[in-house]
Amino acid sequence: MASITYVEHDGTAHSVEVADGVSLMEGALGNGVPGIDGDCGGNAACATCHVYVDAAWATHLAPISDMEEAMLDLADGRRESSRLACQIFAGAAIDGITVEMPETQH
Amino acid sequence: MATQPSISTEMTVTNTIPREDYHYVWPLPPRIRPPLRDFSAASLSAHLATAPIDSIDIADPMYWETDTNGVFFKRLRDEAPIHFTSLNNSRHRGYWSVTRWADIMAVDTNHAVFSSDAHLGGITLFDMDQDFIMPMFIAMDQPKHDVQRKAVNPIVSGSNLAAFESLIRERTQEVLDGLPRGEVFDWVDKVSIELTSRMLATLFDFPQEHRRKLTYWSDIATADPEVPGNLQKEERQGVLMGMLQEFMGLWNDRVNDPAPKGDLISMLAHNPATRDMPPMEFMGNLVLLIVGGNDTTRNSITGGLKFLNDNPAEYAKLRANPALVESMVSEIVRYQTPLAHMRRTVLEDTILGGQHLRKGDKVVMWYVSGNRDERAIDNPDAFIIDRPRARQHMSFGFGIHRCVGNRLAELQLKILWEEILLRFDNIEVVAEPERVPSAFVRGYKSLMVRIPA
Repeated sequence: MASITYVEHDGTAHSVEVADGVSLMEGALGNGVPGIDGDCGGNAACATCHVYVDAAWATHLAPISDMEEAMLDLADGRRESSRLACQIFAGAAIDGITVEMPETQH
Repeated sequence: MATQPSISTEMTVTNTIPREDYHYVWPLPPRIRPPLRDFSAASLSAHLATAPIDSIDIADPMYWETDTNGVFFKRLRDEAPIHFTSLNNSRHRGYWSVTRWADIMAVDTNHAVFSSDAHLGGITLFDMDQDFIMPMFIAMDQPKHDVQRKAVNPIVSGSNLAAFESLIRERTQEVLDGLPRGEVFDWVDKVSIELTSRMLATLFDFPQEHRRKLTYWSDIATADPEVPGNLQKEERQGVLMGMLQEFMGLWNDRVNDPAPKGDLISMLAHNPATRDMPPMEFMGNLVLLIVGGNDTTRNSITGGLKFLNDNPAEYAKLRANPALVESMVSEIVRYQTPLAHMRRTVLEDTILGGQHLRKGDKVVMWYVSGNRDERAIDNPDAFIIDRPRARQHMSFGFGIHRCVGNRLAELQLKILWEEILLRFDNIEVVAEPERVPSAFVRGYKSLMVRIPA
C-alpha cells in the first residue's frame, strides 16, 4: 500500500491509498480521482494519464521507456518532469508521492 | 502401394506479393466473389458464418455496404487471430488481418517494425496510388511524422478546445432548431454533414459558404474508384488537384502574415517543419486533416442516433439521466469505429501471435474487430451508454499515430447530444441506413429520420 496524492490543475488534491504493484493510472481510475483518463488501459500508448513528478521523487521511478518517451513527446504541456501514470507503480519506494496533472489530457 | 497423401499442386501463399514483383495495372483484375445466388445481407451473413475462412476476402466492399463483416471477424478472433488473405491477391498483394485487441495493440505500438510510410503503401489496406503518392504525417514514420504532427497539434489541444466550445454549441443549436418536425429527412445531410463541415471550415478558416466542398473532397479522397457511380481514378486525381489549387490560394494569402493565425493553413505555412512542403505533401496533409475531421465525426453523429433507436432501453436511460452523455460519446465511438482499420508494412521479419510475418508484408489492424473482442471488453456486441471504462476503445488507434483530433470529436458529439436532449424527446429512425461500401471508412450515406411534430 502506498499513499498517493494527485493534484488537479486547479490545485485540488486527492490523497488515496493504492495497492503495491498497481499503476498510478489505475489508482486514479479505481478511486474516482478526476483528471486521468487512461484510454489505452495501461500500455503507454495514448498519453491520457500524463502527470508531472517532482524531481525528488523522479529518481525513485523506473526510467522512461522508448514508447513512453514517444508518447510524452507528442503530449500537450510536456515538461522535464512529465511521466505517464500507467508506467509508475505503487510500492514502498514511492509511498507519499505527489503527482500533478496537466490542464487536460489529450 | 499405400495411398499417397494428396499434395496440393498449389503452394499455400502466406506472404505478400512484393511491390517490385507486382505489376500494377488499372483497372485492377476482376474481384473473385463467392458463388452465391444473391449478395443480400442475409446470404452474405450466412456465407461468412460457414465458408472456409481462407475463401473470404473481407476487403470486398459488399461486406461493408451490407454491414455483415462482424460475423467473419468473430470467427477470425476465435479461430485465426493473425490470418493471411491471399484470395484476390492480384488486386491487393495479400494481407494479414490482426483481429484481437492485444495483438492490434502490439502492432500499433511497435513503430520500429510496423511502418506507416506512404512510399511502402501507406496506412490503408489498398496501397496508395503508385502514380499519385500523397505523403501525409499519418503515413510517415519517425522522426518526420513527429515534427509535422506537432505543427498542427496546438489547434486541437485542450486549452484551444475551450475556445471552440461556445461556437460549436451555438452552431449546434442553430442546426437543430432548423430541423423539420413531423416529416422525414436525411440526418446525414442535415445534421452530420452540416455540423462537421462547419467545424472543418472553421479549422481551416475556409469560406463557410463553400464548406460543402470540404465534404465533397473528403468523400472523393476515400472513395473507391471501382465502386459504380464513384469517380474514375484520373477524375479523382483531377478533383484533388483542384482542391490543392484552392488551398494554395489560402496558403499564399497567409504565408506572408507577420505571425501565424490560429487556422490550420496558417499553422502549416509558418511552421519550419511544414512551410517548405512540396505540393503533393501539402495535398496529402490536407486530405489527412479533411478526412480525419470529417468522415469520422460525421459517421459517429449518424451512428449514435441509429444505436439509440436500436436500443430503446438505452435511449430511455439517456433521457432519464442526461449526465450519461459523456460516457455515451465514448461508447458511440467504440460501437461505430468510423475507421474500420489502419494498415502497416513490416520492416523486418517478425513473429506475431505465432505467425511469421516477413519484411514487406501488409498488416491490417482491424479496429472494428478489436473493439468487439470479448477478451478485452465485456459483452462487446452490446451498446451500453454507461459502460464502465467506456474510454478504453481502439477507434482512435494507439501509439504515435493516435488520432490527434479525438478530443475535438468528443466535444462535438457531447454538445450535440446535450442540445438534442434539451429539444427533442425522440428522434425516430424510419428506415435502415444506406452504408458506405468501404472497408476503410465505416459509415453511412443516409439515415432517414423523423422528429415527431
